[in-house]
Amino acid sequence: MNDVDVREAITRAHHEEWARVVASLTRRFGDLDIAEEAAAEAFATAVQRWPADGVPPNPGAWLTTTANRQAIDRIRRENKRDDKHRKAQMSYDDDPPEPASAIDDDRLRLIFTCCHPALAMETRVALTLRMVAGLTMPEIARAFLVAESAMGQRITRAKAKIKAARIPYRVPSAEDLPARVSGVLAVLYLVFNEGYLATGPDTDPVRHELTAEAIRLTRLIRALLPQDGEVAGLLALMLLTEARRPARVSAGGELVALDEQDRGAWDAALIAEGHRLVRERLAAAAAGAAPGRYQILAAINAVHTSARDMRDTDWSQVLALYDQLVRLDSSPIIALNRAIAVAEFDGPEVALAAVDRLEPRLAGYHAYHATRADLLRRLGRGRESRAAYDRAIELAGNTAETAYLTRRRDQLR
Amino acid sequence: MRYLVSVIDDKSNPGSTDRQPAISAFNERLIAEGYWVFAGGLADTDAATVIDNRGEQAVFSDGPFVESKEYLAGVWVWEAPDLDVALKLATEASKICDRKIEVRPFL
Repeated sequence: MNDVDVREAITRAHHEEWARVVASLTRRFGDLDIAEEAAAEAFATAVQRWPADGVPPNPGAWLTTTANRQAIDRIRRENKRDDKHRKAQMSYDDDPPEPASAIDDDRLRLIFTCCHPALAMETRVALTLRMVAGLTMPEIARAFLVAESAMGQRITRAKAKIKAARIPYRVPSAEDLPARVSGVLAVLYLVFNEGYLATGPDTDPVRHELTAEAIRLTRLIRALLPQDGEVAGLLALMLLTEARRPARVSAGGELVALDEQDRGAWDAALIAEGHRLVRERLAAAAAGAAPGRYQILAAINAVHTSARDMRDTDWSQVLALYDQLVRLDSSPIIALNRAIAVAEFDGPEVALAAVDRLEPRLAGYHAYHATRADLLRRLGRGRESRAAYDRAIELAGNTAETAYLTRRRDQLR
Repeated sequence: MRYLVSVIDDKSNPGSTDRQPAISAFNERLIAEGYWVFAGGLADTDAATVIDNRGEQAVFSDGPFVESKEYLAGVWVWEAPDLDVALKLATEASKICDRKIEVRPFL
């Protein structure tokens, strides 16, 4: 086996095994810190040893065994140093290895602990990317444009809080599950959105590594909770959004709006997978399961990705789905997106009236002004449109979006 | 696991003053279900005294919360197996007291 194969095997093992190793060690030793450090050491050992010794036949088992040994070594070292610490550390679970399904449960436990509602949202995101996705501290710090030391501190404090306040390491009860799953999905959707349209001007406008990571984690949760409709909905939503990524930024670094995108560049395989999931949820809805917001958003995206172009789009269907969504979620951003569909169905004048009603709540949001600018342009109200574009450009952080808005403004007569 | 459960009131927007019967009933339940360790409402922050005897002689002053908008109105100590249980009780307690609740673990 050559070096490239070994490196690929290590990357693959990292993707497939990191969460499993951290999760099973956390259960065994009752300590996220020990689990994280031992898992990192096990992968470092693999990088050293596998090129010479070859990739073991069962990389996951090799990594778990190695990490377990590292953890026990660390505990022994600390025992010698600090007897009081020993007492706190020795309450780990010494059960024999569990069958595969229980180990899968460990990963779910890990996810629910990292996304616990008692942790701040940004902490949940950081902890999930570190503990479940296995991103390194510098990678996470770069993703959210914070200093590495600050990110390290945030994660250290979170682990201390989990331990001191006894945030439990378990899958929530059936009664609490829907709310807790929705908390996990919010974390994943936030990671995805930051990748799909970066909020700040100091990064690439679209960051594939973050969208890919969010999709990978959502697939994992889908595998662990196959019956959950919202998990399927979020995965479909991400896939159908990600499918359009190749057409979304022009060669000149400008965001391309839906009506100008080259639909031939969309990823057909991702669309097919997303549509399959949406059909699965439609069948469930027909059988009486009320769809949640991610399922409805996925269905809206399925309508868009089924159309040959803007005119071919089934806008009445899009609007009906938005009406359903508004009933679940009174957020003004949903109302804004609904107005964009109204513009295609009832015309820009009706849409503008709906958008203007959102002013008190969305005056500081760039997309509000960008939407108004576009509607005013279509109504031939150039001067007002220009002012709205100016305001949108001022508020937008994403470089590709700023470039797009600037061109649209400068095209006004 | 023991938790200190603090009831936080806000001088500019105080919670309602008719909560005592509901709180008493809630306490009965905490006792019956084995969570209750201690509970007590506190007198106004005006009644607090701080003693600092780290220097040459003891200095007495008013409590630290006299000037602040938010202050501690009462405390519980609960025994609960983990934070999820404590937070579930605290969610109810906030409604019952009509005030914010802080849950903090003992070491």
